[in-house]
Amino acid sequence: MLQILLKRLLIAIPVILIVITITFFLIRMAPGGPFDAEKAVPPEVLKSLNERYNLDAPVIVQYKDYMLNLLQGDFGPSFRYPSRSVTEMIFTGMPVTFELAFYAILVALIIGIFAGVLAAVKRNTALDYIPMTIAMIGICMPTFLLGPLLVLFFGIHLELLPVSGWDTLPGDKILPSITLGAAYAAYIARLSRGGMLETLNQDYIRTARAKGLSEFNVVFNHALRGGLIPVLSFLGPAVAGLIGGSFVVETIFQIPGLGRFYVEAAFNRDYTMILGTTIFFSVLIIFFNLLSDLAVLIANPQSRSSQ
Amino acid sequence: MNSNSLWNDAFRRLIANRAAVGSACILIVLILAAIFAPWIAPHSYSYQNLDVGATPPSVEFLLGTDTLGRDLLSRILYGARVSLLVGFVATAVALVIGVSWGIIAGYFGGRIDSVMMRIVDVLYGLPFIIFIILLMVIFGRNIWLLFMAIGAVEWLTMARIVRGQVITIKNQEYVMAAQAMGVPNLRLFVKHIFPNILGPIAVYATLTIPQVMLLEAFLSFLGLGVQPPMSSWGTLIRYGVESMEEYSWLLIYPGLTFTITLFALNFFGDGLRDALDPKTSED
Repeated sequence: MLQILLKRLLIAIPVILIVITITFFLIRMAPGGPFDAEKAVPPEVLKSLNERYNLDAPVIVQYKDYMLNLLQGDFGPSFRYPSRSVTEMIFTGMPVTFELAFYAILVALIIGIFAGVLAAVKRNTALDYIPMTIAMIGICMPTFLLGPLLVLFFGIHLELLPVSGWDTLPGDKILPSITLGAAYAAYIARLSRGGMLETLNQDYIRTARAKGLSEFNVVFNHALRGGLIPVLSFLGPAVAGLIGGSFVVETIFQIPGLGRFYVEAAFNRDYTMILGTTIFFSVLIIFFNLLSDLAVLIANPQSRSSQ
Repeated sequence: MNSNSLWNDAFRRLIANRAAVGSACILIVLILAAIFAPWIAPHSYSYQNLDVGATPPSVEFLLGTDTLGRDLLSRILYGARVSLLVGFVATAVALVIGVSWGIIAGYFGGRIDSVMMRIVDVLYGLPFIIFIILLMVIFGRNIWLLFMAIGAVEWLTMARIVRGQVITIKNQEYVMAAQAMGVPNLRLFVKHIFPNILGPIAVYATLTIPQVMLLEAFLSFLGLGVQPPMSSWGTLIRYGVESMEEYSWLLIYPGLTFTITLFALNFFGDGLRDALDPKTSED
């Protein structure tokens, strides 16, 4: 087990290095310097700017310096907001994005597992068809459509919930969390239904039933553990999707999180910020993939031998 | 019995599936509407009539007009061209890369296979959405780049599926028998292996199209996709969101069209899978 984990870690490190290198050189390939958008800058100002951002050194030296700084957790200064460092901005946005992602996953797990298990147990009844049709709609309806529709209905039409912001008005976290979580609730519902159906057909479930255990006991104590393994292995990749979703949700609801910072940086061509957040997100995604692999290994001893 | 009986059976099963047939009809209508948009669109998609401004749906403008007085129905029809084109072209790119990668890895096996599949594993772990955004920012919002970038992301699963299929079929007795009889590699492949992997490829390609369209719409929504005066459904939704408080139809109709299309594509793909592989259809 430890060996598998080490092997995964050994793959993850070169992947992270490749990501950093590709991103770094991609951004250096971008046409035009970062200061082209401003009015004509006097040459001496430009020179000092270039010095400040270490742009006068050869690219390979810049790369070396960047990597060395990175090792100390320093992502360099922001191009757009010279007084702020990228590290500082990442750490301002991160807690907000994490909180949002946490609530979204919570929403997704609660609704998704409940609907999926119900559909599997009540297979081929209305309790199966209705949640599964809703799940299909949930998968087809993109976040950037669902969010505005929820705002339109609950925020503007019914005036029940705040339409934007984070931590400013009571209840302003509800709509963003549901918007971000909905698609995952739908996926999780389908996955847990499939997983449960398979598990409920296993011999040990028949044995449990034959012992005279209640249906509730069979489903929750015996089947759930095996039936939810597909959900567990989905959680890692889901984090990658959540980050993409947070770009949209944070933009729609004007939430000051990392996702919105990234989109803003992309528009402002704030190269150091883009570079920093890309690296940060990549490490995050790789880490969560690792974590979810590990969780599957713990929950399902069979998968250990096949690795 | 003719040699196409597998496809005939599959076709019969597909026809019996009402959801899949309904979806296919919707898709055919949409594709025709997109192709013939210049002839059937009631108004110009780019003509701005500021005197009209944003009007709710009426007899003259069936789905209303946007804030610049452009006919929404015409814009949705033209948007269908971009959105569907992205869906098909990017899926084709993914198909070409993924299928050839999977075939080579699966067919040759051994070290080639393990190196190629390890590359796929590594790429799987990368945050592609961020890379696509990065590419669009750096190289400008070029529609062909968009096709390539999305296609380059979506081929990974295809490669895995195709490889698995090739390996399964390669080890079947009839293929080994053909091999033993000295059938050359290329002929073995074209006659015996390729026809048998077509099914899974068709199914997965159908299911890739909605994913690709979603990705394009996502980029367009962020303002990184198709640029005006061209509009995809993603851009229309973006504009709809901007003015939804006063002019809700600008969000609702493009959103509805987009969701119905994705719905139809997913149902059709599911139906195709059930028809081609009845064993898994119980789920």
